[in-house]
Amino acid sequence: MTPAAPAGLFDCRDAYVRTVEELAVADDRIVAVVNDSVGSSKLGKFRDRFPDRLVNVGIAEQNMIGVGAGLANGGKVPFVSGASCFLTARAMEQIKVDCAYSHANVKLCGISSGVAYGELGATHHSIEDVAWLRAIDGLVVIVPADPWQTAAAIRAAAAYDGPVFVRISRMPVPELPRSDASFSIGKAEVLREGGDIAIVVNGTLVHHALAAAARLAEAGIEAHVVNMATVSPIDTDAIAAAAATGAIVTAEEGLVRGGLGGAIAEYCAEHVPVPMRMLGFPGFAPTGSAAWLMERAGLSADGIVQASRDLLSRDGR
Amino acid sequence: MGESDAAARPDGFDARVAHVAGKARWMRRRLLGMIVDAGQGHPGGDLSATDIIASLYFDVLRIDAANPSAPDRDRFVMSKGHCTGALYTALAAAGFFPEAELGTYLQPGSRLNGHPNRTYLPGVETNTGPLGHGFPVGVGIAVAGQIDRADYRVFVLTGDGELQEGSMWEAAMFAGHRGLGNLTVIVDRNGLQQGARTEDTNTLEPLGDKWRAFGWEVVAVDGHDHAALLGAFDDAVLPRSKPRCIIATTVKGQGVSYMQHQASWHHGVPSRDQYDLALRELTLETGR
Repeated sequence: MTPAAPAGLFDCRDAYVRTVEELAVADDRIVAVVNDSVGSSKLGKFRDRFPDRLVNVGIAEQNMIGVGAGLANGGKVPFVSGASCFLTARAMEQIKVDCAYSHANVKLCGISSGVAYGELGATHHSIEDVAWLRAIDGLVVIVPADPWQTAAAIRAAAAYDGPVFVRISRMPVPELPRSDASFSIGKAEVLREGGDIAIVVNGTLVHHALAAAARLAEAGIEAHVVNMATVSPIDTDAIAAAAATGAIVTAEEGLVRGGLGGAIAEYCAEHVPVPMRMLGFPGFAPTGSAAWLMERAGLSADGIVQASRDLLSRDGR
Repeated sequence: MGESDAAARPDGFDARVAHVAGKARWMRRRLLGMIVDAGQGHPGGDLSATDIIASLYFDVLRIDAANPSAPDRDRFVMSKGHCTGALYTALAAAGFFPEAELGTYLQPGSRLNGHPNRTYLPGVETNTGPLGHGFPVGVGIAVAGQIDRADYRVFVLTGDGELQEGSMWEAAMFAGHRGLGNLTVIVDRNGLQQGARTEDTNTLEPLGDKWRAFGWEVVAVDGHDHAALLGAFDDAVLPRSKPRCIIATTVKGQGVSYMQHQASWHHGVPSRDQYDLALRELTLETGR
């Protein structure tokens, strides 16, 4: 049993299940598919409310994704939920073929992604998921940052006709301050304007980026903070605007190769070359709590401040 | 031959069997021509599956090529997705696309890819090719039908070698658990996989016992006997409480003497002389 998040901080799984239940009330096509993960996906209440619409395939991820694609063929809108490490890695070919290549209307929800499982170790971490999945053509990949955006992403996924992966963290995060609360697949969110450097982040790193920007401002550095929640398809206009500051720091709760930072670097290298620093995990993590692992990899306000200063000093500014 | 649609099922059992036999004979001749023209293909598995697919498309399935997404349609899932010669000839003859398009098989830009793609072609339910994919998807369709208490049926055709994939048994276990009476799996039991006999590679027998142990009703038939196949597909006793597995004993390369029982014809392209011989043999074949 996961302890409740500290005051002012939220477990995004709660927003996820609340939204799926709301959708299910209004739309009887909505079903949930799990791999013995009713508890870890927090879908117990969904099961009690909609017993016929909770499909538990047991511990069998390949079958879970295939069954999800079949349910979509039968007219359902399946939300397939499981620990992100197993859902993605064990069933990768099913995600590629049954969902993406077949353009099946399946919603994949990778729960407790990144290093949320802390001490359980690298078998249970899912730091590779974004890099793997954004390589698959036709699959939308969303990494929401807070409860509001998780709910918005789930609603957008339900409304979208095609396969979507939503990465749902259990790490406690605050609700982000927003002046314009809107979410569209493929549209980044600028949370702070600034002309000296851009910080491009998503998921559990967004609130750290805002804290880092506040500290940089105290030193006279104005940071442009972008929440790039959709990694695929990526918002290239937002990347170009970030590159216009002349320096980009990326940070993500994932592998430093091939994920969000990689996506930004690919675009920048070809279209708007700009000095970058990329923060993420270098590889399999050692034993330690999620919080310790994040700190150690520089995935914190401190780490983002340090990377920003390094980048600007190297840049001669 | 071939202008027909799936709904044009004759009355009387003997007439139905003759109708299916005629379609199967045409499919065999046409798919060999496609493979010769394309210079590649999977003739052995196409020919072992032809009679099963013909029985489904030209007698059993309630489908309408003019409305391929009808929610209440029966579903056929080609889990052994490499046998597109048999699938595409059936889809064309059932009216899902023009028969002339069979001439584009494997050509650049063709909708007739080496493995079936639902975004290219109407009538394909899910993309297959890598083994172990179609069956779990078929189980999911059957679960949707069970939730909705719909009366459509789901048919999945698997290879026998394909049963070495672990995902097949994940799906079999779950279908048994759910008691999916709307689901029928047909195992194309030709005894050969790409390189060798299944039993010399990774033993499948006792295959019927395995399915029964997973909660399935098991029926064994001669997979080239159209009357036996129609009997095994009969839904007169539906709704049932168990999914049904039809183990169809087949011959890889059935109908072409030099291909029969030869693993080497898993892939392969007949020479012009071999093709002519095959056409002569298939013309003489009675189709039972």
